[in-house]
Amino acid sequence: MRPNWAEQMSEDDEKQQSPPSDLEFTSNKARNCNATGSGSGHPEFQPPYPDQVLENVLENVLHFVTSRRDRNAASLVCKSWYRVEALTRSELFIGNCYAVSPRRATARFIRVRALHLKGKPRFADFNLMPHDWGAHFGPWVLAMARAYPWLEKVYLKRMTVTDDDLVTLAESFSGFKELVLVCCDGFGTSGLAVFVSKCRQLRVIDLIESEVTDDETDWISYFPEGESHLESLIFDCVECPINFEALERLVARSPSLKKLRLNRYVSIGQLYHLMIRAPQVTHLGTGSFSPLEVAGQGDQEPDYRTAFAACRSLVCLSGFREIIPNYLPAIYPVCANLTSLNFSYANINTEQLKPIIRNCHKLQVFWVLDSICDEGLQAVAATCKELRELRVFPIDANEDSDSPVSEVGLQAISEGCRKLQSILYFCQRMTNAAVIAMSKNCPDLVVFRLCIMKRHRPDAVTGAPMDDGFGAIVMNCKKLTRLAVSGLLTDKAFDYIGKYGKLIRTLSVAFAGDSDMGLKYVLKGCPQLQKLEIRDSPFGDAALLSGLHHYYNMRFLWMSSCKLTRRGCQEIAHATRRLVVEVIRSADEEEMGDSVGTLYMYRSLEGPRIDAPKSVTIL
Amino acid sequence: MVAMERRVNYENDLNLKATELRLGLPGSDEPERQSTPSIRNNKRTSSEISEELRSKSSSGVKQAGNDDHQDDAPPTKAQVVGWPPIRSYRKNYLQNKKNEAEGAGMYVKVSVDGAPYLRKIDLKIYRSYPELLKALENMFKLTIGAYIERKGYNGSDYAPTYEDKDGDWMLVGDIPWEMFISSCKRLRIIQGSEARGLGYV
Repeated sequence: MRPNWAEQMSEDDEKQQSPPSDLEFTSNKARNCNATGSGSGHPEFQPPYPDQVLENVLENVLHFVTSRRDRNAASLVCKSWYRVEALTRSELFIGNCYAVSPRRATARFIRVRALHLKGKPRFADFNLMPHDWGAHFGPWVLAMARAYPWLEKVYLKRMTVTDDDLVTLAESFSGFKELVLVCCDGFGTSGLAVFVSKCRQLRVIDLIESEVTDDETDWISYFPEGESHLESLIFDCVECPINFEALERLVARSPSLKKLRLNRYVSIGQLYHLMIRAPQVTHLGTGSFSPLEVAGQGDQEPDYRTAFAACRSLVCLSGFREIIPNYLPAIYPVCANLTSLNFSYANINTEQLKPIIRNCHKLQVFWVLDSICDEGLQAVAATCKELRELRVFPIDANEDSDSPVSEVGLQAISEGCRKLQSILYFCQRMTNAAVIAMSKNCPDLVVFRLCIMKRHRPDAVTGAPMDDGFGAIVMNCKKLTRLAVSGLLTDKAFDYIGKYGKLIRTLSVAFAGDSDMGLKYVLKGCPQLQKLEIRDSPFGDAALLSGLHHYYNMRFLWMSSCKLTRRGCQEIAHATRRLVVEVIRSADEEEMGDSVGTLYMYRSLEGPRIDAPKSVTIL
Repeated sequence: MVAMERRVNYENDLNLKATELRLGLPGSDEPERQSTPSIRNNKRTSSEISEELRSKSSSGVKQAGNDDHQDDAPPTKAQVVGWPPIRSYRKNYLQNKKNEAEGAGMYVKVSVDGAPYLRKIDLKIYRSYPELLKALENMFKLTIGAYIERKGYNGSDYAPTYEDKDGDWMLVGDIPWEMFISSCKRLRIIQGSEARGLGYV
């Protein structure tokens, strides 16, 4: 197996992937070129001096090269460049933790200061993967403890992190500054406590949509006394009570604190106290946004509005976890400056939204529940002309509920928010016409994710499949890199995607298509495809095999509840050793003969992993 | 009443679907893989217990029942695992808020080992453990025995257990009643050797 390290270890999410290629150059070539020009030293042995100069120059130049893609390219020029690039890369991004081993990564890149590591595929979020599947941070932190004493930042997504890992992290890197855990699990408040107590240089601790076990440890009290360097403290996903007095003291002694996102155990009264201590915040998660107890008639409530008015730099607002809408007017003073507003946990209706959104002229990112209805979306469209990203979540995530948003809301948004780049929209009914309208009105769309919750639902007006709508999206949105489809879809939709979706990198398919042709169109037509996740669609072995030429260029392929057989997956596994082919059995599934429940396949330099649980078979 | 209305709506939808020309996956409308507790419930799984649950409970756990206190889903439809694609955290969060908002009782499912189907009871109408246990005994025609603090249930082949918010299976009766009704998600009356193993011999 010929290693292609640059490709494997330096993936780029947003930019184009460089095709796999091998190192052909040898350093002798470079040396000879220089030797002829130098005119000094014996002609017999290679003079080190010009090399040294070259490498020094290169090292200095490469310091300015930060983009992963550029670095990948640089490392492929010749061995010399490869070596220097490896020496100077300080931010290491690994899109699939099983694509390369910690040992290999730390052997190549020796001066890493920041690690960005991703584990499980996205469908793990929806209970489609066994709980103990893998993506353990343990081996990585141990390897880095040996290799990178100057490590400062760790960013993990969908990894399992244990309390011990957090302790190792805190104890191994004296200058550790930033920890960001997104969609992670496996640790609890006791691990957090040790971590924050030992990281004296900590600037950022962001826990985002992660599962944190409540070990009943008061982790907030473990921050060291004295002035803290904290710039960001995000714990809105932590589902356990917090020691408010300790939190208040911490905020009071953190003059650099810019981002503060509280969990739902912080009442609005407590929020008030924190805000007056930290008016410099730019990002605020408001916690529950309701009082601890119902305020009596004569009770003096703080002037929340003034507190918000004092936060002149506030641009990003979220939280509202248990919102009592009466308190909403308190945020009026900051609306005009807001660029990001997250109401996705706030059950508010159209009338409650309107006075707020009317003032949010600068809003670029808006997350909200469908409780605001189509009329609420119309209000958004009327004011938020700068909107770049919209996410509409369902309050009732049930196939058979009534959804208060529909094609009407989508149409309105498309007409009002012309600069839209990213949309995630949950609904029960949709029409091709509205989707086509969006494809024409919002040419800057990069991400289009439409989830019609009722499976196989056709156009609500014409009864036709939703093929034409999605077809228009891929045809008209020339910058589209991410697409999620839903509703009743035939192979025609995939034909469109294959023909026009030339920049698509991530594609999510569920309950769609008629036959193998659907998948074949996509595998044949989309050269930039990186992540393909499919569930419950009638694609079988023939379709799977048709993509063999492309799989090594992808980060992963996920297919669950399709028509794959063991034999088909086995064929792929035999065809190349560069892919790891995992067949995952769900707990309630018996061995149903030859058919495969879930296929998860990814490229790797390491071959089969050794930490797979019993439910996973690696072919 | 509400359940009836929902059923009518579903029948209308069903008719539309029947006349629709489509080439979907055969049986794709049928209940999909059932969502079992062993598939991750945001916490560590109690796989042994769920193993028991599956083998001992009726096979019709998620299917149509003749029970009046139905789930919101129409009778012959089961919940599809992981659909719609919303992260569990968000789904549970909003579901809890919805339940609180509706305030229409605190219905939890009750299963009994060996019984062919489940029942549902409204925890809000009871004010104490003895009341609840008496109601369960009447409903299922069995004896649960006496609860001895710190020991468990004495004098019977049955013991009542419940699943709490964390997904763990606990013995009924250890925590204060108020705390219990807010954390109880479902009940299961276990029988035989497991029941005896739970504390009191």
